[in-house]
Amino acid sequence: MAAGRIPLVLLACGSFNPITNQHMRLFELARDHMHSTGNYQVVKGIVSPVSDGYGKQGLVSAEHRNAMAKLALQTSDWITNDEWESDQPDWTETVITMRHHHGRILKQYQQSTGPSPQLKLLCGADFLEGFRVPGMWRPEDLEELAGAYGLVCVSRGGLQPERAAHESDTLWRHRRNVFLVREWVRNEASATEVRRALRRGLSAKYLLPDAVIDYIGRHALYTDASESKNQGTPLRPLAKQYQPGGTGGSLG
Amino acid sequence: MEVVLIACGSFNPITNMHLRMFELARDHLQDTEKYRVVRGIISPVGDGYRKKGLIEARHRVEMARLATKTSDWIEVDTWESLQPDWVETAKVVRHHYEELKAAQQDQGEDGTLSYGKKRRMEEEHPSINEAQPPQLFLLCGADVLESFGVPNLWKPADVEELAGHGVVCITRGGSDPEAFVHQSDALWRHRRNIHLVREWVTNEVSATHVRRSLRRGRSVRYLLPDAVVTYVREERLYSAQSEQKNAHVVLAPLARYADAGPS
Repeated sequence: MAAGRIPLVLLACGSFNPITNQHMRLFELARDHMHSTGNYQVVKGIVSPVSDGYGKQGLVSAEHRNAMAKLALQTSDWITNDEWESDQPDWTETVITMRHHHGRILKQYQQSTGPSPQLKLLCGADFLEGFRVPGMWRPEDLEELAGAYGLVCVSRGGLQPERAAHESDTLWRHRRNVFLVREWVRNEASATEVRRALRRGLSAKYLLPDAVIDYIGRHALYTDASESKNQGTPLRPLAKQYQPGGTGGSLG
Repeated sequence: MEVVLIACGSFNPITNMHLRMFELARDHLQDTEKYRVVRGIISPVGDGYRKKGLIEARHRVEMARLATKTSDWIEVDTWESLQPDWVETAKVVRHHYEELKAAQQDQGEDGTLSYGKKRRMEEEHPSINEAQPPQLFLLCGADVLESFGVPNLWKPADVEELAGHGVVCITRGGSDPEAFVHQSDALWRHRRNIHLVREWVTNEVSATHVRRSLRRGRSVRYLLPDAVVTYVREERLYSAQSEQKNAHVVLAPLARYADAGPS
């Protein structure tokens, strides 16, 4: 490893419903960007599918989402899928997932000399929009995310992460920990679009790995019925974090 | 009616976007319930095209081969790339159409189907006309359709011939192919043969962008099939140097038609 560079792990939390080439591009773009700063050596990428408890509409079971991510990442030599978050009984705040993974990484690097490894959250620009939705993030969690860890955020379509970063005081305060990556070519082949194509019996080939398309076909995963799942149910973070009387501060 | 799609282009290199065009076109045509797409042909242009940054045909053909290994209907054809000089697209289409017709005749003369069976099949499936070769449609992006209007890039007679066969045009963001068809008399006359496919999901991943990323040492993984990414790396294709190839040379069609004068 290049001398003096900080070992860096990128963690992407999301539905991965299903995982697509677009998701995997995030990792590639982020790694290139962080390397080009001269300060980091990206040693690992982690895909962390959200648990079923998230309650998002159209979310198929974690069992399937994990299986698909595993298939998609078979040929990657640095990105892996991790089931810890989806194994938890309830939806887990992102900072808790990050604490868990950061702990594991520190243990792995206990014996090594050189700079301490870092963990940063990898996301698309749409993720930053979530910071503005009341009840999605506790202020102290956002502080921990930006302050203790940091973000690598890739632009998406017309969404400019610079604006969201500018409009959040927390992100602005920790702006040196917030890395914004421009994806110059628009590629909007999102999981939503992929599910739409599959529902309509249209081809999704070349938008996600063949192995994942095969898996989806064998299990008849994405249909009108699957897309209606959780319809009308509030997202778990909103239900959990806005409790009258309140559980208040972060969970341990 | 059976249809074969043919895409002519540099494929320098082939990308997931090129491959998506085939999938989108097939879905669109089959959705009309008038067409059944039976085959897709990728026909990489010959080196004689003299486009800036165009690397050798043997590499471009091999990458396209690797990219279509997992497809059960799209294949690569090398006829165009093997010709010593650049070949007009209309000639390429003509060549392939002749081949399709010949193959059709071979089938018939083969006597593989008895007269009685043929009659029964036609009664059961009146839309499948055994006697006709499949239609051959040119598959392209809106930029190609619009290039029909660039002076000296296309012979008017060729545009006429291509439109006569049929064109499937996938819209790229920022184009308005309908307006273009409207503005071109030749295209407008053949408008029923011109199928415009709206690509709702913007995908701007062009070969130009891929080459740029490679020159800059950036990852192109998941923009092209893995086998192609590996090939590019192993053969060390696409550098600042390769991008300068043909930099001071005139594109073949422009050279040819400019010499010929007004047709």
